[in-house]
Amino acid sequence: MITSKKKSKKKPIAAAIFLLALHLAILLAGFVAPYQPAEQNRDFPYAPPTRIHFVDSRGHFHLRPFIYQSVARPDSIYEYTETRDQEYPVRFFVSASEYKIAGRLPFHRHLFGVDDPAHIFLAGTDNYGRDQFSRILYGGQISLAAGLLATAISLLLGACVGCVSGFYAGWIDESAMRVAELFLVLPWLYILLAVRAFLPLHISPAQTFLLLIAVIGTIGWARPARLVRGIVLSARSRKYVIASRGFGASDAYILRRHVLPHTYGTLLTQAALLVPQYVIAEVTLSFFGLGLSEPMPSWGNLLANLQQYNVLVSYWWMFAPALALVLVSLGYLTVANAFHQQLQSGSIE
Amino acid sequence: MKPSPDSKMWSSMMWSSVKYLERRVLHAVLLLLGASILSFLFSSLAPGSFFDEMKLNPQISPETVAALRSQYGLDQPWPVKYFRWVKSVLHGEWGYSFAYNQPVRSLLVLRARNTLLLTTLAMLMAWLIAVPVGVWVASRRGHWEDQLTSASTSFLLSVPELVLALGLLYLVIRTHALPVGGMVSTGFDRLGFWGQVSDLAAHLIVPVTTLVLASLPILIRHVRASLIEVLQAPFIQAARGHGISRSRLLFRYALPAAANPLISLFGLSVAGLLSGSLLVEVITGWPGLGPLLLEACFSRDIYVAIGVVMASTLFMILGSLLADIMLVAADPRVRTDHA
Repeated sequence: MITSKKKSKKKPIAAAIFLLALHLAILLAGFVAPYQPAEQNRDFPYAPPTRIHFVDSRGHFHLRPFIYQSVARPDSIYEYTETRDQEYPVRFFVSASEYKIAGRLPFHRHLFGVDDPAHIFLAGTDNYGRDQFSRILYGGQISLAAGLLATAISLLLGACVGCVSGFYAGWIDESAMRVAELFLVLPWLYILLAVRAFLPLHISPAQTFLLLIAVIGTIGWARPARLVRGIVLSARSRKYVIASRGFGASDAYILRRHVLPHTYGTLLTQAALLVPQYVIAEVTLSFFGLGLSEPMPSWGNLLANLQQYNVLVSYWWMFAPALALVLVSLGYLTVANAFHQQLQSGSIE
Repeated sequence: MKPSPDSKMWSSMMWSSVKYLERRVLHAVLLLLGASILSFLFSSLAPGSFFDEMKLNPQISPETVAALRSQYGLDQPWPVKYFRWVKSVLHGEWGYSFAYNQPVRSLLVLRARNTLLLTTLAMLMAWLIAVPVGVWVASRRGHWEDQLTSASTSFLLSVPELVLALGLLYLVIRTHALPVGGMVSTGFDRLGFWGQVSDLAAHLIVPVTTLVLASLPILIRHVRASLIEVLQAPFIQAARGHGISRSRLLFRYALPAAANPLISLFGLSVAGLLSGSLLVEVITGWPGLGPLLLEACFSRDIYVAIGVVMASTLFMILGSLLADIMLVAADPRVRTDHA
C-alpha cells in the first residue's frame, strides 16, 4: 500500500521533469539542434542515424564520444559506410551556423557538433539529407505551440461558457448545455477535416497555422464547459457564497473570488489531457497535407514521409518523430492522471 | 427484478420504456439537425468554392465560373443553401458532388458500408477482448497481472492511432505476411466464395487490429474500474460465502451488476472508433468514408464533405441510441425512472 503510494508520487514528478526538459529543448531548438531545419546535404539522402563510438579501431577507449565520417557506398543508392581512418570527437558548445534567439538575438553556439567534413545525424536524414533530429526539434515548436494554444482557446471558451451557464442557470444554462451536447456528439476529426476543406488550400503558413489552431481549439470547448458548469453549480449554493452575496458582493466578485478557484484543478487536469490530443490533431492534419506545408517542419509533416511504402519499409529512423509524439503524450497523460487522482482524493472531504 | 406476472403492470412498464426511447429518438433527430446546420454555418464562413480553381484557368471565362456558381446555388446565402440541401436529402440525393458529377448519396452508401464493416468488426473484437481481460484484471487487483496490464494500457493510450497504423503497416510489409492497401486483391471477382471471404479478411486484419489496439486501453480500464466497485458490494461477499465458484461469481454475478456504465461507454466509444477509422482507412487505403472526405477536402467538394460528416454523425448517434436501447433492456430502473 505504502509502496504503491510512493510510486504514484514519483512517476508524475519524473514525467513533469521530463516534459519540462523536452519543452525547453524544443523552445531552444536553435541551440540544441546541431543544424538548421532546412539545411540540405544532397550527398546524404536517407542516411541512417550516426553511430556514436567510445572505442576506436585500435581498441582504445575514449572518454569523449566520437563518430566516423560516413560516405555513400559507390555501387548502391542510399547506403553508407563509415570510414574508419579518422575519429571526429563530439564537441560541446561548438560555434556553427547562426540562429536567432527569440527571433532577434543572433547566436551561433550549439549544444554539440562535430568538425566539418563529418556530420552528426542523431536521427538520420530525410530524402534531402536534412538532419531529422534538428527537424524534430524545430517541428516540435510548431506542433507543441499548436497543442498549447488550442488548449488555451478551448479552456478559455469552456471556462467562460461553463461559468455563465452554471452561475446564471435558467434558459442560458439550458441552451448552452444543449449546444455543448451537440459539440460532444460531433465526430471531431471529421469536422476538423471538413472545416479545413472549406478553408482555402493555398494560404500563407502563418495564416494556416492560426486558423487551424482556432478551429481545433473551438471544437473542443464543450467538455471543459460541462465540467466547469458542474463545479460552478455546486459552488454557487455554498453558504459562504450566499453570505458574501448578503454582504453585497457583485456577481463578478463572487465568481472571481469564491467560485473560480474551485475550477482550477479541473481546468489543469483538462489542460493536461487536451494538449496531447491537440498535438495529435495538428500532426494528423499535417500528415494528410492539410496543415502546414513544407519546408516548415512539424511532426505531422515529418511523419508524412512514411506515406510512401518504400520509405516506411526501408528507413526505420523516419519513425523518430512518432517517438517524440508518443513521449509527449505519455508525459502529459501521466501528469493528467496524477492531477485527476489528487483532485479526487481532495474532493472526498 | 423480474417482470411481474400482473399484465397491467407489465404493459405499463413497456409503455414507459417506449416513451423513453421515443424521447431519445427525438433527441437524436434534433442533434442531427443541429449538426447539419453547424456544418453549413462553417461552410459559409469559408471563402472560395469548388469552382475557384477554374478561375486560374485562362480558357474559362469569369462569366462561366459565375454561371456555374449560380447554377449550383453556391452564390446564395447559407440558409438558402441549407434549405436546398435539406430538400435534396428528403429526395434521397444528399446534395450534388461537383467532382464526381453525381448525387452524393450514391458515393456515400458504398463507402459508409465499408466503414461500417470495419468499425463494427473492430468494436466487436475490442469488447470481446476487453471484457474478459478487464474482469480478470479486476479480480487480480494489485497483483502483477494487474500492474502489467495497467502499465501496458497507459502506454497504449499514449500511442496515437496514426503511429499504431504506421507501425503495424511496417511490420506487415516487412514480413510480407498480408496484402496491403485497399479492400480486396486484384482478381477478387474470379475467386470462389470462401476465397473472397479469406481475401477480405486478410485485408481487414491491419485496420481492425489498429482500431482494436487503439480502443482497448480505455475499455479495459473502464471494465476494470466498474467491476472493482461491484466486487466490494456486500452481495458479492455473500455469494462468495455461499461457495460460488470464482468464474461464476465474476461473470454471472458481478459483471451484470457492473454493466450499466459499460453500456453507456459503448455509446461513447463509437465516437473514438470513427475518428480512428478515418485515419486508419486513409493510411491503409481502405475505401471507406475517410479517403472520400480527404479527397473532398482537396477538391473542395463541399457537399461530399458535409455528407461524410453527416454520415459519421449519424453513426455516432445510432451508436448512442443503441446503447440507450440496451440500457432499457438491461436495467428495469431506467424504464421506470424516465416514465
